[in-house]
Amino acid sequence: MDPLAAIKATYFQECDEQLAELETGLSAMKDGEGDDETVNAVFRAAHSIKGGAGAFGLENLVQFAHVLETTLDDVRAGRLAPDGDLVNLMLRASDMLSDHVNAARDGNPVDQARSETIARELENYNEATKSGSAESDDEFDIDFAPIAVTMSEGDAAAEAAALGVREWEIQFRPRTSLYAHANEVTLLLRELQRLGTLSVDLIYGDLPSLQDLVPEESYLAWIIRLQADCDESRIREVFEFVEDDCDIHIQCISTCAGEIEVSHAQPEPKEVIVPQVPGISTAQADEPAPAKATMPMPLPANSANAPAEEEKHAPAVVSPQTIRVDVDRLERLVDLVGELVINQAMLAQRSMESGLSRASSFANGLEDLEHLTRDIQDSVMSIRAQPVKSVFQRMTRLVREVSAATGKRVRLVTDGENTEVDKTVIERIADPITHLLRNAIDHGIEKPDIRIAAGKPAEGVVRLSALHRSGRIVIEVVDDGAGIDRKRVKAIAVEKNLISADVNLSDEEIDNLIFMPGFSTASSVSEVSGRGVGMDVVRRNIQSLGGRITISSRPGLGSTFSLSLPLTLAVLDGMVISVCNQTLVIPLSAVVETLRPKEGDLHELKGSAPLIRIRDLYVPIIDVGRKLGHRTEPLVPAAGVALFVESEGGGRAALLVDAIQGQRQVVIKSMEANYRKVDGIAAATILGDGRVALIVDVESMLAGQSVDMFRSEKRAAAG
Amino acid sequence: MSEAFTNQENSRTELISFRIGAQEFCVDVMSVREIRGWTATTPLPHAPNYVRGVINLRGVVLPVIDLGGRLGLSMTDPTARHVIIVTRIGNQIVGLLVDAVCDILTVSQNAIQTTPDLEYDTNKTFVRGLLPIDGRMISLITLENVLPAEAKAA
Repeated sequence: MDPLAAIKATYFQECDEQLAELETGLSAMKDGEGDDETVNAVFRAAHSIKGGAGAFGLENLVQFAHVLETTLDDVRAGRLAPDGDLVNLMLRASDMLSDHVNAARDGNPVDQARSETIARELENYNEATKSGSAESDDEFDIDFAPIAVTMSEGDAAAEAAALGVREWEIQFRPRTSLYAHANEVTLLLRELQRLGTLSVDLIYGDLPSLQDLVPEESYLAWIIRLQADCDESRIREVFEFVEDDCDIHIQCISTCAGEIEVSHAQPEPKEVIVPQVPGISTAQADEPAPAKATMPMPLPANSANAPAEEEKHAPAVVSPQTIRVDVDRLERLVDLVGELVINQAMLAQRSMESGLSRASSFANGLEDLEHLTRDIQDSVMSIRAQPVKSVFQRMTRLVREVSAATGKRVRLVTDGENTEVDKTVIERIADPITHLLRNAIDHGIEKPDIRIAAGKPAEGVVRLSALHRSGRIVIEVVDDGAGIDRKRVKAIAVEKNLISADVNLSDEEIDNLIFMPGFSTASSVSEVSGRGVGMDVVRRNIQSLGGRITISSRPGLGSTFSLSLPLTLAVLDGMVISVCNQTLVIPLSAVVETLRPKEGDLHELKGSAPLIRIRDLYVPIIDVGRKLGHRTEPLVPAAGVALFVESEGGGRAALLVDAIQGQRQVVIKSMEANYRKVDGIAAATILGDGRVALIVDVESMLAGQSVDMFRSEKRAAAG
Repeated sequence: MSEAFTNQENSRTELISFRIGAQEFCVDVMSVREIRGWTATTPLPHAPNYVRGVINLRGVVLPVIDLGGRLGLSMTDPTARHVIIVTRIGNQIVGLLVDAVCDILTVSQNAIQTTPDLEYDTNKTFVRGLLPIDGRMISLITLENVLPAEAKAA
């Protein structure tokens, strides 16, 4: 990758973070939780995206980001009140911005019409504030004029502030680090110029002779005079990214005198009111009632903004430091630590075998080593763990779009966003969650009028939550909609020939029908769901992750879809079994139950595998030893143990094995890396004794069985 | 193949020679990662008989091929004194079960004779050339075809 492309890639990564920040902030504002810091954070996010886009010449992105940024700036400055409509608009704009970012990254076209509509709506707001503030300025003038005569000089300052143009003197001395951070003074000056008329003096007195000059040192300083109708925070903003790397002193010259006298005139301590002009005007407003009446409405909000601004500049905001690491390196580390753990276990076993006393110092050392390796393993795994937040955040947009498309009012409530799970899992849960949420809104939540008629609030609530439960992550999608329409589900299943019309099914069995392949509530194929991907695919995806999905639904009250997933895909919960003196592992997620076959439950059918009755279900017995070619003579079922398994595709069988050794978490190793795909084997793992054990592929075990016959039974029982 | 040799007429290569039964073979030293003693393998289902199974090589699942069996000689009955030569073939790592490792040979490329046409196909598939060393004949093995053919397709 050439350097520019690499920088660009980093920029887009950062964009994702900024977009997430934007979304979080706006959502908080929507819920009325946003304080000034939220607004600032949102503004900074939009600002950074725009800044980077400008550097890469991404014109579309810059333009759109600029419009959004302007609006946010108005909100930040208190010129615009972030009411519901505006926040909603900004949320849509943030979606659009994300589209623009994606477009810039992947070269896909964006919905230009939509972009323009949103931009125009935003601009309308911007226009409104401009004209609005102009108006209030006028009013201010008119109303203020007669008062000003009787006022102290302090009011003159306020007047000047309101009138706008003032002269600022900025003493700016960059430190070496400013240049080291790739900032450039020219750009800052250019930015200042946008605020008003600029006159710049270069102070080069410190410049040594060429001989003594260190090229990387900073010797220059500037004195900048700026005539502009802005407040100090606006100027500070220009230096926002370099403020830690320079000495800067900003002073208002033209109104300075007034300012100082204001502080004398006021009982408040000087430092409160000096630095921020808006602070003065409001402090001023407390005293003469008429002035207060003439204040433009949003201004008081700005005074609250001032201390917040101060806080922001203080180092109090400590964000955790992060570094980006290549995933491959991490994988390698995880692999190595896995080996270390196995090696340590082997070493311990060998030392016991060699008759070493447990009390010996060597054994103690080994024990310490064991603790250490465990700790290392835990820390390494935690490096790969990420909060599900990244996935959850994407969902707010989805919910917005789906609810708009279906004409329903839906609020998404998320919970447990900081629940951590392995990166490999994170990547693969987004699709199932997306699908479940779509379903919940499309099929679960009712239209507002129906909800009101049912005595529920017009706005439906979909709750997305994550939590850790006994070594797994549980993700729930809960809606307060109508629940599963069991009559209709059953009718569809009958119509699609998935079940026969006369079977009696429990409520739970009916609910589970929606997971059957070929089941889709086709009468309502909308653009939202019904994209040909059914719930069966969701279930298969979840199961291929070693997870399970369950439903519970109450008519009129809503449905709950619950996903239970392993915390990582690098390890697997397995049942360790033996077959013909070989040790094998069967994924625990496939095992429904284990049993000892009794003679009476066995049934022989001509020309097919023997069947075993498990409660009221007949399933074929698969002799694992024979299937894998470890033995030629079949194992007598009663001499072994049967594992009742269910494959991802919904097939069921009883796997006959010699014995069960126990349950264990195993690290998954690929067979394909150095060999090839082996029929009946999913992967390999290394056991504590250092031997390789094969992990059985339940799906392919079941394939090639004559399944038709028992499938009809399975259907009757609603698999 | 012969062109490849003429290009490197004068370059010298290092080869590792090893023994299977009474015969001596060698492979390019660059393709050898390490040499280790025999450890019991985990047999693979549905594998050809010369695939002995897999072992754990410091966390890597390593398939072990009985090279004697693969070359059409007799199958090896491995003991603790047998040796697994860990080789890199393409981007895979494969273990070769042999009786013993003999020597490291430094030879010039033009000392390698091309394999004469013989009636057995296995010779053409696996033997790239012959080396006369001290009156012994050592066959230079190519490793590309050592894994079962389907492995490449997979």
